[in-house]
Amino acid sequence: MRSEVTAPAPGRGDQRVTRKRARAVTDGARSRALYPRWYWPSFAAPATVWLAVLFVLPFFVVFAVAFGTTDLFGNPLPVYQPWYWSTSTFTGTLQRFFGADAFYRPALVRTLVFVPVASLLCLVFGYAIAYYVARHSGRRKGLFLVLLISPFWISYLMRVYAWQGLLQPDGLINKVLVAVHLVGTPINWLEGKPLTVILGLVYGYIPYMILPLFGFLDRIDPNLLEAGRDLGASPAKTFLRVTLPLSRQAILAGMIIVALPMFGDYYTNDLLGSTRTAMFGNLIDTAVESPGGGPQAGSLVLMLMVLLIVPLLYYLHSTRKAQEVG
Amino acid sequence: MSANVGVRRWWRDPWRKPRVLQTLTWGYLTWSIVPVLIAVAFSFNAGRSRSAWQGFSLRWWVGSPSAAESLLYSPDLRTAVVQSLRLSFLTVLVAVPLGTLFAIGIDRWRGRGPGVANFTMLLSFVVPEIILGVALFLAFTYLMRSVVHLGTFAQVLGLVTFQVSYPVIVVRARLLSIGKEYEEAAMDLGAPPTQSIRRVLMPLLYPAIFASAALVFADSIDDFVVVRYLSSTSATEPLSVKIYTAARAAPPPSVNAAASFMLFSTLLAITVGFLVYRRITRGERRSAAREFIGFQV
Repeated sequence: MRSEVTAPAPGRGDQRVTRKRARAVTDGARSRALYPRWYWPSFAAPATVWLAVLFVLPFFVVFAVAFGTTDLFGNPLPVYQPWYWSTSTFTGTLQRFFGADAFYRPALVRTLVFVPVASLLCLVFGYAIAYYVARHSGRRKGLFLVLLISPFWISYLMRVYAWQGLLQPDGLINKVLVAVHLVGTPINWLEGKPLTVILGLVYGYIPYMILPLFGFLDRIDPNLLEAGRDLGASPAKTFLRVTLPLSRQAILAGMIIVALPMFGDYYTNDLLGSTRTAMFGNLIDTAVESPGGGPQAGSLVLMLMVLLIVPLLYYLHSTRKAQEVG
Repeated sequence: MSANVGVRRWWRDPWRKPRVLQTLTWGYLTWSIVPVLIAVAFSFNAGRSRSAWQGFSLRWWVGSPSAAESLLYSPDLRTAVVQSLRLSFLTVLVAVPLGTLFAIGIDRWRGRGPGVANFTMLLSFVVPEIILGVALFLAFTYLMRSVVHLGTFAQVLGLVTFQVSYPVIVVRARLLSIGKEYEEAAMDLGAPPTQSIRRVLMPLLYPAIFASAALVFADSIDDFVVVRYLSSTSATEPLSVKIYTAARAAPPPSVNAAASFMLFSTLLAITVGFLVYRRITRGERRSAAREFIGFQV
């Protein structure tokens, strides 16, 4: 009894670790007794092999093609031995971004402007909407949730296609604008306007921002907010000092969730823009569609991976941490 | 009377917080849903226009066989419908068992292996689709040229590779929420491991399996990035790819009909999935709707 009192109390973390380890040990003993060692891994084996052959190996092929050579007719010849790799296509592609002619640079610059702007717009509006539904929607919360989730069940293509119809020179948007005399002549929205493409990106990806933010804001303990108010903070101050700091991680995760697919997006621009608003994804798509463009497409894919690897790993790391806590 | 008071209060202080947010939320929902409804409506237009209403007709859905311009009678769109359904069914048939087994496996397998396998799985899920599409296209055209030919086979392989994560995520969540007690009770009562899995664990997992089948079906029907790179001829292009190609020229309302068809199939799959889910989890205390929606996030 006394020794318990005088012994240094273990931190909460230690306790949790010990308990976890104890559980792992009993689990291990139990399953060793009942199941042979290969039993559970054999369940995971088919999908693991599938991923190795159809996800990891294709990435190796991307390297082999990007750093491969071409035959006499210009057909790509992949090289599967890393020690024979040639970097000529890759450096050639880099030249197109940073060299003198800089043929690809505008698309890169556009991507680096459009994606952050669109992601920020997603965040600002998405946060406000998620906040309203989590905090103020009351009994209608279920209805709001279904409405918020409905874009997930409507194909992205259908949603962008729908906007394409509305934004035609003789489409509904122009008709309304002309009818209320906001503009004199119809605006050609689809001729490669950055505004159209950015709004298209926001339209396409904002649902992916709202739902995780909602999930997070909905779980904030109301006692924390009441405590803030009891201590004399105004509602605005409670928001700024309690809610917002608490949601920092959810905001970061949401930004990554919407930005990642935007970096690879080529279809929004194909449907709502023109070559004047082409993005990084369009470069890849054009390369892969052109005959013999494999090495070029491979190099571009590798560059995109380099650009995205840090946010990707951060996101996977943070979701795994969330799973362990939950 | 009370509405009157409300209006007066609003007039005095229109920027009270919830008002602005409420307007914003409703505005957003209108902005997000109405364009799609309009696109669906124009699939019933009597004329060729996507923007001027010329009366109601089913011309673009089931119109005359001779004109071959409707979803039903245009040979192009008809093969695409069949191809869309074929790809989605095959993807469900392969991805759901594969993912379910994987989820059970990594839930119990101890050591370093499951971490690496799960990490690879999640990576395949969050990598932008165009990267996966190009990687598979290059792999199938060069390294695996003699094994995999572009077309339906390659498309199913590609779809399964990133759809397999849905059953993994959903089944793992279910495994966490049911715990190990039932299975252990079965084993304490003398059931051998294989039987306790087949007769106790599997029935408990059915809701998750059905839910993920619905999600995989809905998402495969909508996909066009991977599927487009891995198609061989125009006969293996599903509806989504046809819509994408047509949308870049001047699409007739039959394309709206095609897109609406996709929309209705997706909604049907999700609704059936939800109803089945609710039916089998009946009697559990959690809200089925809440949980089902949770799977999407």
